[in-house]
Amino acid sequence: MSSPSSPGPPSRSGALLLRFNNSRNALGFVFMLPAAIFLLGFLTYPLGLGVWLGFTDTRIGRAGDFIGLQNYIYLMDDEVFWLSVFNTVIYTLVASILKFALGLWLALILNEKLPFKSFFRAIVLLPWVVPTVLSALAFWWIYDAQFSILSWSLMKLGLIQQPINFLGDPFNARVSVIAANVWRGIPFVAISLLAGLQTIPVSLQEAASLDGATPWKRFRYVTLPMLTPIIAVVMTFSVLFTFTDFQLIYVLTKGGPVNATHLMATLSFQRGIPGGQLGEGAAIAVAMIPFLLASILFSFFGLQRRKWQQGGKD
Amino acid sequence: MNTQDRTAAPDGLRDDAEGMSYLSHLPRRIVVIYLPLAIFVFVLLFPFYWMAVTAVKPNSQLTDYENYSPFWVVGPTLEHINYLLFQTSYPGWLWNTILVSVASTFLSLFAAVFAAYAVERVRFTGARTTGLLIFLAYLVPPSILFIPLAFIVFNIGIYDSRLALIFTYPTFLIPFCTWLLMGYFRSIPYELEESALVDGATRWQILRRIILPLAVPGLISAGIFAFTLSWNEFIYALTFIQSSENKTIPVGVLTELVRGDIFEWGALMAGALFGSLPVVILYSFFVDHYVSSMTGAVKE
Repeated sequence: MSSPSSPGPPSRSGALLLRFNNSRNALGFVFMLPAAIFLLGFLTYPLGLGVWLGFTDTRIGRAGDFIGLQNYIYLMDDEVFWLSVFNTVIYTLVASILKFALGLWLALILNEKLPFKSFFRAIVLLPWVVPTVLSALAFWWIYDAQFSILSWSLMKLGLIQQPINFLGDPFNARVSVIAANVWRGIPFVAISLLAGLQTIPVSLQEAASLDGATPWKRFRYVTLPMLTPIIAVVMTFSVLFTFTDFQLIYVLTKGGPVNATHLMATLSFQRGIPGGQLGEGAAIAVAMIPFLLASILFSFFGLQRRKWQQGGKD
Repeated sequence: MNTQDRTAAPDGLRDDAEGMSYLSHLPRRIVVIYLPLAIFVFVLLFPFYWMAVTAVKPNSQLTDYENYSPFWVVGPTLEHINYLLFQTSYPGWLWNTILVSVASTFLSLFAAVFAAYAVERVRFTGARTTGLLIFLAYLVPPSILFIPLAFIVFNIGIYDSRLALIFTYPTFLIPFCTWLLMGYFRSIPYELEESALVDGATRWQILRRIILPLAVPGLISAGIFAFTLSWNEFIYALTFIQSSENKTIPVGVLTELVRGDIFEWGALMAGALFGSLPVVILYSFFVDHYVSSMTGAVKE
């Protein structure tokens, strides 16, 4: 690995250096142009436009007027909105904790010596590769009210008497969508953490065990601290994507029953697109931004700590 | 002499024989490793098995759990697949998905190669900040962008066309590809570029003749990952596309194959299976590229 910390051509070719520095910014500008056009036009501008739309009463097919904070004032009194905030937080919290715990567990298992290790690793990542909507359809069928294979199996085993109403009951529906989300999220966490685990030198474990550390102590005082930086980043991504989840809910419950599984993203869609209230939908989306910023800051400090730990610069 | 002795140390001190002896008893290993692994693999794969079994099950067996074991098929049928391919717009959706994914992937790769090279190697004023901004752009989720984007797409007159998707998918593909390629470019030695510069090569020649050939693995990783991301995209496709002939597979299957209260589970699962197969096949050929691009984005 070459270190990029000493950029630029060598000093002996000073004239060359001068020639570059003159053209460097122009060249950089030209090279950045294609990406910049897309990102400014379809990312930065919409982000700003979204904030603006949140302050207007725009509907589909009708340009809106500036109405100040009215959308937000309306949402303040909207029980469904607050329910969706509550749902989103619970959904994110429970699903992320489960994804982390199960993902770490799976990563530790895969880090052992195993036959067909790379095969298992490939298989395990499948739920993450397949389009969410399509795997969610499979879950929809698995959660069917009458012909659920889960209910049938449990009934055969004599554990329950009648089919479970997976998606019709508020509590069951929440558990079901969280389970489906965890199912899809475990591979990402597990494979990323596995990559982190493989960078931990075995000699550290060895030294610890020579000093008499139990397996638990080795995990707690060697593996975990070494893994912390990557855990921070992986979990930030995981939290970010869980918090803004849309597809799974849209397929499985569309927010029902009685809004028990409405997330902020699905509510924003429902009010904005089928409901036609673009302004209100945008306001709900904007309300997600503070949470996202918190996650990003968390990620930022996670990254910083990693570089600092490795003795790197900035 | 002494050091040599140590490197050829007894088994117990070899790196790979590390203090795992507590796990070496087979019964314990089964309980601690193989059993949980088996459960994980079963749970993670069961939905796919269920999808596949349902897709080839005759309708008469589909809900008749009394006479047929639901876990198996007696006399599999191609009826659902036949229905899917010849009596629905599925082939059209497949074509749309391929077209949109390929176009947006190439568009994104093109923009990302230049951007990554500029940030990593041209080092213009503010390159570092730009790199950070691109990373932040990767963290902006589609669920907060789709409403304003719908507004924009409508106003520039590409609403309900494949172009709407081809132009909006790069918003999440470019940041990802750029970030990944930056990592690859960083690992290419400076000296190669320097000597080419001294020999009078232009930046464009350096990029084309030196950097790109060396970054092929990175380009493949970024490309197939971007392809998968656009194949799986849902919320933009759902919002920007209205007419059936322009839909992508995820949207088409969900909005057109699900009708009323009677679900045609066979056709639905066949649709889900066939919509997943292309990415799964791609994935099976490039597992290592996938893993490296997924963990690469996290590790940088």
